[in-house]
Amino acid sequence: MATKASRSAARLMMAPAVILLLGWMLVPLIMTLWFSFRVYLPLRGGDQGWAGFDNYIRFVTSSAFWPSVQTTLIIVIGVLAITVIFGILIALLLDQPIWGQGVVRILVIAPFFVMPTVSALVWKNMFMDPVNGLFSHLWRFFGAEPVSWLSDASLPSIIMIVSWQWLPFATLILLTAVQSLDSEQLEAAEMDGAPWHKRFWFLVLPHLSRAITIVILIQTIFLLAIFAEIFVTTGGAFGTRTLSYLIFQRVLESQNVGLGSAGGVYAIILANIVAIFLMRIVGKNLD
Amino acid sequence: MGQIELKQVTKSFGDVQVIPPLDLTIHDGEFTVFVGPSGCGKSTLLRLIAGLEDISSGHIEIDGKDATDLVPAKRGLAMVFQSYALYPHMSVRKNIAFPLRMAKMDPAEIDRRVNAAAEVLNLADYIDRRPGQLSGGQRQRVAIGRAIVREPSAFLFDEPLSNLDAALRVGMRMEISELHKKLKTTMVYVTHDQVEAMTMADKIVVLQAGVIEQVGSPLELYRRPRNTFVAGFIGSPKMNLIGGEEAAKHDAATIGIRPEHIDVVESDGMWQGSVGVAEHLGSDTFFHIHNTGLTETITVRAIGDINLTHGDTIHLNPRMHELHRFDAQGLRID
Repeated sequence: MATKASRSAARLMMAPAVILLLGWMLVPLIMTLWFSFRVYLPLRGGDQGWAGFDNYIRFVTSSAFWPSVQTTLIIVIGVLAITVIFGILIALLLDQPIWGQGVVRILVIAPFFVMPTVSALVWKNMFMDPVNGLFSHLWRFFGAEPVSWLSDASLPSIIMIVSWQWLPFATLILLTAVQSLDSEQLEAAEMDGAPWHKRFWFLVLPHLSRAITIVILIQTIFLLAIFAEIFVTTGGAFGTRTLSYLIFQRVLESQNVGLGSAGGVYAIILANIVAIFLMRIVGKNLD
Repeated sequence: MGQIELKQVTKSFGDVQVIPPLDLTIHDGEFTVFVGPSGCGKSTLLRLIAGLEDISSGHIEIDGKDATDLVPAKRGLAMVFQSYALYPHMSVRKNIAFPLRMAKMDPAEIDRRVNAAAEVLNLADYIDRRPGQLSGGQRQRVAIGRAIVREPSAFLFDEPLSNLDAALRVGMRMEISELHKKLKTTMVYVTHDQVEAMTMADKIVVLQAGVIEQVGSPLELYRRPRNTFVAGFIGSPKMNLIGGEEAAKHDAATIGIRPEHIDVVESDGMWQGSVGVAEHLGSDTFFHIHNTGLTETITVRAIGDINLTHGDTIHLNPRMHELHRFDAQGLRID
């Protein structure tokens, strides 16, 4: 694309895609912004005019707001910690030469192909059900009282379900990073007298830092918006109401589009703060 | 100290035996070079000595003590890898200090040794840089620095110069030789380049398919190759190996004559042929001669710039006292 003509041709060719994507983003964004300044109650009189910043003030002063931000952060951080730590361990294991490596790798990746709704339902009914779930059978086998996972340990349960879904992704990215580590470096460290845990700490972990940042960045973006897992398990009860779930409740359960839109704008701001924060770390790590 | 002894050492990968039973003694302070074509098992042999591969049977003794089952770190050997294997996220200083840190040495002593190594290898100017910011030759020196701070009983080099360009290779070759003269430590050096072997070694071990073909000093190997493989491998350009009737005249299955031992004469040479490719190096010229009546192409070294071009007729006279004779098994006849 050296000449002037080819450059303008390229712009012309790309224009439809750019315009489509912009429209796709901008229309909902502007509608959200618009509704957030309106009193809009679909079942109670529809659009009732200008609201000023009332929606914004009402959303943050509501007693549910700060707990929902806290819940969101706990879930995001919890899932990130579990997927990164176990992702590294599983990646290191999968890197070892074993019989049936290909099949094992596909099995490990499998949970990623299951839809969030389906996996949450499977966990809820097959594993965490206090009467018939596998866990309750296991607990009873050892003579313990079964745990009502989703009401007594609701947040850990949701973190567990979401971690199960995202672990394959983390493992896959980390596995490729582990495989790209130069084996001569490990041998050199072995000759230099470093035991395995020091080889891990001084060589493997620094080598993985870039992949870990990428895993954290991508997962955070998706985890801030998890919804289906909460919807089909606790329905937002027992302290599992995240910010995105709160917005859903304001719009659909309370039928208050204006209030929900204001929450949506807050969510955008939160996501951007996190994104900027992460981008700076990534920028440092990606050189 | 740094005497390494291999006794009946073998190595198999699965069913494939890459090293049949092998005995070798590397004396203290010696610069030993393992040389052979790629895939001859020379790197494997080095890794067996280092302890990075387990031997299938036999014994390895280092300084008279059995080291067969010792882990690499406990053998007191330091290795320089082909890819240098520097730790990319550590500075040069930290790279060199790494083995000492692992040995939990006193920080003041670590500093002293690292600075001394940096001094010897001219690394002081970029001691705080990372390996990624260094050139190939500098990285090579850092890798050597990391090896010498440990003050090992022997150094192992695995084709350390193969990633460098030709000019740098010559320079590093000298530096490693100088280092050996200075440290007087045993060095074991693996290469596929016979020029490196000839210029650096006290003792050359020629390997083929895991078998030692000959052990000796560079000149011994040059003057008295034990068989046709060594004869063809040592020396550049290659020795002319001629079979058939011409060899039969000398009561041998194969005769060998080095290109530098054939004189170009005006007329009445023992052989005459036409010039094929001529490689002019300035000081020497190598001619590849066809149509001599022999089945093989003959390579000849002529000193200075002789003006013969493609297709010209050339007369050759081999120096008979430099002729090597080999029997049907390829072994030398004296």
